[in-house]
Amino acid sequence: MSFREDHDLHKRRFGRNLGVALTLAAFIFIVFGLTYVKVTRGDFEPVNARIEN
Amino acid sequence: MSDASINTQAPEGEASFGDYFALLKPRVMSLVVFTAMVGLLAAPVPVHPMIAFCAILFIAVGGGASGALNMWWDADIDSIMSRTAKRPIPSGKVTGDEAFAIGMTLSVFAVVMLGLAANWLAAGLLAFTIFFYVVIYTMWLKRWTPQNIVIGGAAGAFPPVVGWAAATGGVSIESVLMFTLIFMWTPPHFWALCLFMKSDYKDAGVPMLHVTHGRRATRNHILVYTLLLAAIAIGMAFTGVGGPIYLAIALVLNALFVFGAVAIWRRSEEASEADNHKRERSFFALSLLYLFLHFGAILAEATLKPYGLGGW
Repeated sequence: MSFREDHDLHKRRFGRNLGVALTLAAFIFIVFGLTYVKVTRGDFEPVNARIEN
Repeated sequence: MSDASINTQAPEGEASFGDYFALLKPRVMSLVVFTAMVGLLAAPVPVHPMIAFCAILFIAVGGGASGALNMWWDADIDSIMSRTAKRPIPSGKVTGDEAFAIGMTLSVFAVVMLGLAANWLAAGLLAFTIFFYVVIYTMWLKRWTPQNIVIGGAAGAFPPVVGWAAATGGVSIESVLMFTLIFMWTPPHFWALCLFMKSDYKDAGVPMLHVTHGRRATRNHILVYTLLLAAIAIGMAFTGVGGPIYLAIALVLNALFVFGAVAIWRRSEEASEADNHKRERSFFALSLLYLFLHFGAILAEATLKPYGLGGW
């Protein structure tokens, strides 16, 4: 069994797949960061759950 | 299945990731990012850095999505004009259907994500911006009236309003003035470009002002719009987003811009042809610097304000 050198088509498709993978990974990171900020700031707390001083 | 059945011939138009990214008009997106960022940071409300980052990112994605939809609709005239012939659709790297799918998907994605990250007023304004750019400008005005760039310029003027709304949850006189600055800047900027890219729009049948009313009328319009722009730009110095730094920069830039517009207005076509439209080219280059520095000055005023230095 022999492996042939990658054709230009494979290189371009690999670049495209890598770009999509990195974009999705960045999106996951962004949504996680955004959720963390919103939760820690109390954006999702129900109004009646806040303790009035 | 044998190896012989695998087609290893790379199609000429096989798109790379960069070709799909080019659909989003990265250069226009950089202007959207910058003006939206200034609108967001100049607002008198502190915004968490992560929320600010996400808001600007989703505004940029929305702007990019409208660029993809613009390329999808305008593929026929893009292939005629030398300036746009190498775009992904006319060059055959991306199909029109792909551009449409990417544009629509990213539009919905950007609006929903901006609503979740910031607020729904900002998301609504972003949705309206995309609608205005794609439907009102690209599909309707661009091929119909020589005032296309004047009314269509509103689409490019919305990002600071969206940024301001993302921070404050509202629209105010300051954000409307930032809108007006870009709105009034767009016509002289584009008409100067038209004066030295003269055959492109004519060949494509786009009724730009210089095609329908002539180059003399275009020069007159550049001067009038530049004078109106100067009044608005300098007047902004005395509002909540202005200050001494902004005033100093605005005075210098508007003096240069009016000087450039007067020079263009006084020129004959023969003189313009003789030096390959040198004045028009330098006016166009100055217009890019003009907008960048005005918004840079607004940003400087906002950044220095907490230290008691920015603003009046």
